[in-house]
Amino acid sequence: MNPSFSANPLTDLHQLLQYPFMVNALEAGTIVAVIAALVGWFVVLRRESFVCHTLSVMSFPGASGAALAGLPLASGYFVFAVGGALAIAFGSRVSGRRSAMQESAVVGTVGAVALGLGFLFLSLYGGILESVETLLFGSFVGITRGQVETLFIVALLAGAVLATVGRPLFYASVDEQAARADGVPVRALSIVFLVLLGMAVAAIAQIVGVLLTFALLVAPAATAQLLTDRLRLSLALAVALAVLETWAALTLSYFTNEALGFCVTTIALVLYACARASRELRR
Amino acid sequence: MSLVAALRGAAVAHGAATVWSGVDIELTAGEFVGILGPNGAGKSTFLEVLLGLQGLREGSASVLGAPPGERRERIGYLPQRRSFDASVRVRGRDLVALGLDGTRWGTPMPGTFGRRRAAARARIDAVIAEVGAGAFANRPIGECSGGEQQRLLIAQALARSPDLLLLDEPLDSLDLPNQASVSALVQRLCREDGITVALVAHDVNPLLSYLDRVIYFARGRALSGTPAEVITTEKLSALYGAGVEVLRRSDGRLVVVGQPDMPAHHHGHDH
Ligand SMILES: Nc1ncnc2c1ncn2[C@@H]1O[C@H](COP(=O)(O)OP(=O)(O)OP(=O)(O)O)[C@@H](O)[C@H]1O
Ligand SMILES: [Mg+2]
Repeated sequence: MNPSFSANPLTDLHQLLQYPFMVNALEAGTIVAVIAALVGWFVVLRRESFVCHTLSVMSFPGASGAALAGLPLASGYFVFAVGGALAIAFGSRVSGRRSAMQESAVVGTVGAVALGLGFLFLSLYGGILESVETLLFGSFVGITRGQVETLFIVALLAGAVLATVGRPLFYASVDEQAARADGVPVRALSIVFLVLLGMAVAAIAQIVGVLLTFALLVAPAATAQLLTDRLRLSLALAVALAVLETWAALTLSYFTNEALGFCVTTIALVLYACARASRELRR
Repeated sequence: MSLVAALRGAAVAHGAATVWSGVDIELTAGEFVGILGPNGAGKSTFLEVLLGLQGLREGSASVLGAPPGERRERIGYLPQRRSFDASVRVRGRDLVALGLDGTRWGTPMPGTFGRRRAAARARIDAVIAEVGAGAFANRPIGECSGGEQQRLLIAQALARSPDLLLLDEPLDSLDLPNQASVSALVQRLCREDGITVALVAHDVNPLLSYLDRVIYFARGRALSGTPAEVITTEKLSALYGAGVEVLRRSDGRLVVVGQPDMPAHHHGHDH
């Protein structure tokens, strides 16, 4: 492979799509971007960014645990992210209500335990994980057909769950007290959402890497919510931003050899900063 | 006159602590009732009982002809002290819409323009106009003032055209002119739409001229009656166990002074 960037976008695109691994990467990236934007939109609304970051850290014990047990990496990602989500969901409730203080304590603890377990598994495993850098910052080179298919199924599942609970979840997210009094199963919804978030994080972390998953989940949604206060428009905008950012990052990553996660984060943060600046200026 | 809600010999406890007991209260159709009393007296708890969110330890309750909780869709409720900070980027009208269909499963899909959708939109426009929130309903709720937020939240509680409206401290954090205009608005809903309203407040004075009846909670008991019956120096002093004085102004209006719990002393901290 000898990437060279030309001034003609069509030539560049043609060059990109010549390689099957690049096609896989584009497909996986697109799927992941769509889930990230949809789930992230609710994360921003629910102010659960910290939870989101902690769940992405779960991928570290996930990856090292899977290596130790000789299982595929993806299974470790999913088991640990969903397990972490459940621990947070059940640990951070005080007499049935969401308690911000308890939640941040539990989330912090889960994050610390995750790091500890990750190192424990790593030392038990004895070897070096194939590529720690890939684990942390993501790579698109090794994405297989099977991975793309798994991601697609996860996305369908996540989409179906969100389509079913969307409205009451929105109610519970912006106005928990009224929703609870109105008979919305607030607690059950928050557990469902955390599990969904765990699944999304596990899917995203495989592509973007553990450390930068957070950026793809939160930044496009936060940017969209800054740009418009119309609900459906901001949801659509979040998806569009996430997909475009991922495509741009894949292209950039291909031509510059920088890690994919780094490229996604940089682009996402620049756009977020622009949105913030334009809002501040409009005031 | 038809009975909208009734408690008979009711007692409520949180854990081992009894909040109030021996309470007999009736709400009749179309009346505007003020629920008063000091902090922690159990005013919010009373509304939670009517909603079926809080069970009784003794006695019985019925709401709209059924046990509490069964007629939930015919009750509008404004929970106590909600506010939205400036970062909440959700428009007031989207919040009002949640009062109409927020509990329904599913997700509103773009491009569904059915008759139900049009009816919902018309209903939301109507309640927004009713509470006078048209000018700010399309702004993010976090950017609305406390009084504007309160109006939008009342619209949310009204969205399903309830028969019974339970408002927990809707006057909290409003200035005096706004307290008067929200009180007048609620009274109009009572008179024109025949909605029964129970409104919790700390200070009876701004409300006094609008209320049909008052229910005082204090020291584990409740006292109910028309303002003229209940709001007397003797009754209130006995209920509070402290010197409360009821004065009659030159225009005939009553003024209660020396309530142990006047907002001016108590509420400085949470604004
Ligand atoms: N979830 C709860 N668990 C335990 N005790 C509670 C709970 N909710 C309320 N209480 C207690 O019940 C009593 C009545 O509370 P309630 O909220 O009904 O008072 P209130 O009259 O509405 O007060 P305020 O004016 O401060 O709103 C208080 O003593 C309170 O401490
Ligand atoms: Mg209260």
